[in-house]
Amino acid sequence: MQHYLLIPFLPFAAFLINILFGRMLLKEKAHWVSILAVAVSWVVSVMTLLDVISGKTLNQDVYTWILSGNFRVSVGFLIDQLTAVMLIVVTTCSMLIHIYSVGYMHGDSGYYRFFSYLSLFTFCMLMLVMANNFLQLYFGWEGVGLCSYFLIGYYFDKKSASDAGKKAFIVNRFGDFGFGIGIFVIFLTFGTVYYEPVFSQAAGFATKSINFLGYDLHLMTVIALLLFCGSIGKSAQMPLHVWLPDAMEGPTPVSALIHAATMVTAGVFLVARCNAIFSLSELALTIVALTGAITSLFAASIGLVQNDIKRIIAYSTISQLGYMFLACGVGGYTAGVFHLYTHAFFKALLFLCAGSVMHAMAGELNLHKMGGLKKYMPVTYITMLLASLSIAGIPGFAGFFSKDEILWLAYSSTNPVGKFVWLIGTLVAFLTAFYSFRLIFLTFHGSFRGTHEQEHHLHESPKTMTVPLMLLCIGAIASGWIGISNLIGELVGIEHLNWFTGFMQPVLGHPEGHGTHAEEWGVMLISIMAGVSGIGLAYYLYIKRPELPDKIMAQFSTAHRVLFNKYYVDELYDLLIIRPALWTAKNVLIGVGDVRIIEAIVNGVPASIGGFSKQLRRLQTGLLQHYATIMAMGLFVIGAFMLLRNW
Amino acid sequence: MTMLPQLIFGYFAAVIVLLSLLVITRKNPVHSVMWMLLLFFHIAAMYLFLNAEFIAAIQVIVYAGAILVLFLFVVLLLNLKEELEADRFVGSWPVAVLVSGGIFLGLASVLRSFVIGRQGSFTVELIQKVTHTKTLGLIMYTEYLFPFEIASLILLIAVIGAIVLAKKRMRSH
Amino acid sequence: MVPLNWYLILSAAVFSIGIFGFLTRRNIIIMFMSIELMLNAVNISLVAFSHYLQDLRGHVLVFFIITVAAAEASIGLAIIIALFRNKNTVHVDEMNEMKG
Repeated sequence: MQHYLLIPFLPFAAFLINILFGRMLLKEKAHWVSILAVAVSWVVSVMTLLDVISGKTLNQDVYTWILSGNFRVSVGFLIDQLTAVMLIVVTTCSMLIHIYSVGYMHGDSGYYRFFSYLSLFTFCMLMLVMANNFLQLYFGWEGVGLCSYFLIGYYFDKKSASDAGKKAFIVNRFGDFGFGIGIFVIFLTFGTVYYEPVFSQAAGFATKSINFLGYDLHLMTVIALLLFCGSIGKSAQMPLHVWLPDAMEGPTPVSALIHAATMVTAGVFLVARCNAIFSLSELALTIVALTGAITSLFAASIGLVQNDIKRIIAYSTISQLGYMFLACGVGGYTAGVFHLYTHAFFKALLFLCAGSVMHAMAGELNLHKMGGLKKYMPVTYITMLLASLSIAGIPGFAGFFSKDEILWLAYSSTNPVGKFVWLIGTLVAFLTAFYSFRLIFLTFHGSFRGTHEQEHHLHESPKTMTVPLMLLCIGAIASGWIGISNLIGELVGIEHLNWFTGFMQPVLGHPEGHGTHAEEWGVMLISIMAGVSGIGLAYYLYIKRPELPDKIMAQFSTAHRVLFNKYYVDELYDLLIIRPALWTAKNVLIGVGDVRIIEAIVNGVPASIGGFSKQLRRLQTGLLQHYATIMAMGLFVIGAFMLLRNW
Repeated sequence: MTMLPQLIFGYFAAVIVLLSLLVITRKNPVHSVMWMLLLFFHIAAMYLFLNAEFIAAIQVIVYAGAILVLFLFVVLLLNLKEELEADRFVGSWPVAVLVSGGIFLGLASVLRSFVIGRQGSFTVELIQKVTHTKTLGLIMYTEYLFPFEIASLILLIAVIGAIVLAKKRMRSH
Repeated sequence: MVPLNWYLILSAAVFSIGIFGFLTRRNIIIMFMSIELMLNAVNISLVAFSHYLQDLRGHVLVFFIITVAAAEASIGLAIIIALFRNKNTVHVDEMNEMKG
């Protein structure tokens, strides 16, 4: 047990050391503390994974946090298959990105601050995945949100960055509000917030309903949807996705770690963790699946036309997160988590490659100012190409296995929307391949379109940055190999090739799929074709006929404008929520509440006291006799009162 | 003959009230002090009437002999001529009449419900036998020793304080 | 035998006259004398009580009151001298530094 404690608390210790001594003592060496801490965490995480594989799971309280009547919460750790996988994902990505940051953030004035936040984030994320109760999960959940806010607004002297930080924080409030209520309802229903009793008793409440404002609502649906509310916010699903693209204002390693690999997947983790609850509600699952499917299509279509290299990857992240929810929604929690796990590697890699490009281009983000970078930065090019192949679902790469599993589960699902979401999923696979390779072709192929100054400056990134790229590349290719479909296994004569599903079965159950082998092959083939044709189309449009995209753009200018402006969602929110809120704040809260009520009270009380005192002042004549007379009167009045009372 | 004590009391009471009024109404402070001297003698006589010879003696010695002389000294510092031309009362004196009259009525009305408490052991005969001074001394130096010492301290402070306050300041500035 | 109440009425009368004097006179010396009057009024009642209750504690109290009165007179008159030296007046209505 004891060594598990090291996993979260070493990064926390690193955070404390860095934040306290970083500025004065560590300065340029601040990264050593953080990297050392997260590296040890990683080693312990690997040991933990081995323990879990050998069948040793653990659910233990460490410290009683809150004890109030029958409400008891402790800091406790649940180490099971899901946690172990998450630990590996979090610590591996975190460690590699820590190392990458040494090169990327070199010379930054807030070097120590960056690493202390990164460590704090790692701590919170680990607390989140290791929790054995909802409240600790919530603690970690809010903690990562806070770190996300810190790190998005890392360049706080830039207005767009601090605005983006605030936006992320505020948008997440909406989701977390539902999540918080969900936890209340869980406590109300089960009388505890611990996972184990909640999940084991959940089935007993399957038919219960809850009366809310006169409506009888299915209890499990209510809980599941409230929890999903939190997931929507944290994992940037529709309609709360607006914060994630803006979050790209943060340093690129942050985008890779927090806004691609770990934090944003917390929503998927939550749904997977609570699969016992979600599975009891057909409606909730359907909503999860549809939300995921629509978000993934929506984000992918926006990604097609964006020009900002990081935003394209951000929309890709939203889209892939939608994929994971889609998987969970059709009951394939394992597939969702599997995709989470593979996605963490290839998406972190994509971001880090983008960061490497930015590093070379002196912060330039516009695709149309790049081109032909292949020969200047070969390592970045190759790793990014491999990551893109992975996300495009090319057989052999990690993304293929997880994506294929999701699509098959969607197709074969008993859920009525299964076929529909499969269709969307396949379309998204095509779009994903297209925009990923649009990015590759525009960035690395063709001729350089930037300024001469930039061209002169082009160079491959330092070793601290390229080595993590190569290491992550291994993950982007090979991480999927632990979950190769049984279908392929049968083909090559190995039974139960899909080790991952079997490993996860105790926690996430076995997905039910109904379909023939032929159908399964068909689904796989279609998904491969979608990916390949996406790449092919990108190749045709951006390498073969580079003049075509502009023509198409001109042809479909309305569609392009809508997509380029992200369906005007930000503008819509601005109109529907922000403006009315500001109007209310200005005219009602400030105009009436503040000026007329609060200030009236605040100023009125002293003013009336002052006025009263002015009158009272006249009593102070300074004449001795007057004081004496008043004293004697007092004596008389008191005496008279005593007398009359006894009479 | 049974009326004699009442007559004697009546005389003293009438004179005391009259003298009190004279003290506070005289324009000339010297006259006030003189009437007060007479008043203190009458009060001392009344103490004798109440079997308190020692107190009577103190009244004469301390009040008449010391305090009033002090008053007289201070009065003599004043410009009497100016004093005689000035108003003697402040403007709000009718209020003071009401207040003091009210307090008098209040005090007088309390007397109706007065009940004499438990009798002590110092009867008139005992005091006459042992003498008033000795009995008082016996109590003062046993039961009231501590307050007695405090009283001496108060007097000491008064002496020092009076000197400090009345001393002519050196012009240092 | 003279009733106790007679003494007390006398005491109350002298006390009230003392209050009246204190509240009305402009001359601070007369005001002081009024205070002495009030103290004497209290003394009268205390001695009378002592006599009627056959208890000497009243006398002891009178003794202390006279002590305090002496102290108070000496300090008070010293203050008047200091005041007179600074203000050149003994009229209290001409001293209103405490006016608010």
